[in-house]
Amino acid sequence: MTTLLTFSMGFAFACVILAMVFCFIRLLMGPASQDRILALDTLWMCSMMLAVVFGLYFGDQVYFELALLVALLGFVSTVALTKFLIRGEIIE
Amino acid sequence: MNGVENLPAWVALPVSFLLILGGCIIFIGALGLLRLPNFYQRIHGPAIAITLGAGCLLIASMLYFSVLQSRIVIHELAISIFILMTAPVVSMLLMRAAVYRDLRAGKHDTGAESGDVYRLPAEK
Repeated sequence: MTTLLTFSMGFAFACVILAMVFCFIRLLMGPASQDRILALDTLWMCSMMLAVVFGLYFGDQVYFELALLVALLGFVSTVALTKFLIRGEIIE
Repeated sequence: MNGVENLPAWVALPVSFLLILGGCIIFIGALGLLRLPNFYQRIHGPAIAITLGAGCLLIASMLYFSVLQSRIVIHELAISIFILMTAPVVSMLLMRAAVYRDLRAGKHDTGAESGDVYRLPAEK
């Protein structure tokens, strides 16, 4: 059973890392600003999931707080960037 | 990896299954973000990856820690609820920004229509 668990955790880790690479490529080559912001938001969420997988692998609850913090910061930054796209300024 | 050795099989199997399923969904979502041709198609991939993939990973984490510490651990529900609340907001804001920018730039080939919702600057 330990082998199966280790394999599945490694598989999830590899998938999240590959997803982050894809998001980074889209972030670099995205034709419009909204593509880049979408890729950045997905990158935030992928790093949140990476923290969850790390917490599973090391059996440590500390990573949960990291995941919650990353999710919060990702939401706030994406909303600020999107508002900048629509209005041209963040705080009116 | 402490205490994993005496984890029973009835919890190791679902945790592994959820981890592999979540990994596959995240991978497919990011692949959609990379490969789809249009922004309005691309926004679907991350939405699936964020809600379903993160949901699978968080349920796996809840199950794993609940059995490992032999008490109910539901901290991860906070992240799940937060994501389920914020993912539609982010998608909607991004879509509105994209439609507004396409309309203002006069890109009518993308299929973006105003529907008298947006107050655009006057045509020059």
